[in-house]
Amino acid sequence: MTLAEYRKKRGEPLIREDADDAHDEKHPSALEYVQIGVILAIVTAVEVALYYLDLDFTLLVTLLCMLSVVKFGLVVLWFMHLKFDTSLFAILFGSGMVLSFAVFIVIVAVEHGSLT
Amino acid sequence: MAHAAATDHLETSTGIDNKKLLMWLFLASDCLFFGAFIAAYLLYRGRSVVGPYPEDLFDIPFTSVSAFVLLMSSVTMVLALAAIQRGNVRNMRIWLLTTAVLGTLFVAGQVYEFTEFHHEGLSLSTNLFGTTFYVLTGFHGAHVTVGVFILMSMFIVSMRGGIQQKDSLTVELAGLYWHFVDIVWIVIFTLIYLIQP
Repeated sequence: MTLAEYRKKRGEPLIREDADDAHDEKHPSALEYVQIGVILAIVTAVEVALYYLDLDFTLLVTLLCMLSVVKFGLVVLWFMHLKFDTSLFAILFGSGMVLSFAVFIVIVAVEHGSLT
Repeated sequence: MAHAAATDHLETSTGIDNKKLLMWLFLASDCLFFGAFIAAYLLYRGRSVVGPYPEDLFDIPFTSVSAFVLLMSSVTMVLALAAIQRGNVRNMRIWLLTTAVLGTLFVAGQVYEFTEFHHEGLSLSTNLFGTTFYVLTGFHGAHVTVGVFILMSMFIVSMRGGIQQKDSLTVELAGLYWHFVDIVWIVIFTLIYLIQP
């Protein structure tokens, strides 16, 4: 069974124009986009402020990584519409990121002699 | 009749627009592309035996402004999409042009940064830092440059009436590429510039 047949069976739209109408209604408004932009700007300012604070290195790395994940998530979920689109796109993109991280782990392991 | 024609033309085996699916596949593969370069940078960080080193060169206030400019370009890009989805072609043009200008500013900042680093003695072959840094940020800059060309092309096409509300998917696809370039910089800015052991 193709994905199209599966969606038809579930009563999901197959015609692109119909799908687009339903899809566009779920998109955030321009005001929401601006609000997210303000949040992104504030988070960036906090990141830079943290850099200049005399924090413990581990704490600094943890905080900066957390803030970076927040920014990444906001852009991907709202601006790239992964929150509103079909989960197939999230699976595709997530697979790319997981594979990318796996490659990094393998390279580090090889470099440190854990894998030969 | 028109409905049937639309069905024939637009129905796909996945039920999802092929162009959008292709764009997400491309972005997933680009994750691996940048992931490899970021991994290489992190792996060889602190292993350069000769200078200059990152702490001698990085200008955090300047890079912070660049990061802010690119982040705001993502906002203007998504506003262009919101405008065309409402059928407001004029506003879409304004936001597309603003995004292209912000992208150009970012690339100009990167060219200035590279020039400064080169004057300080850092070339592609000076040390491991130079190699991994220039390759990673250079490829990112190339992506931004391609994005600016895409945006400017879309702006010119829209001036000739080639982009209407029904073509909003074209703007959405360009937006996906642009936002991806932005999230890559979010990672680079944190891991390469702000976190320095």
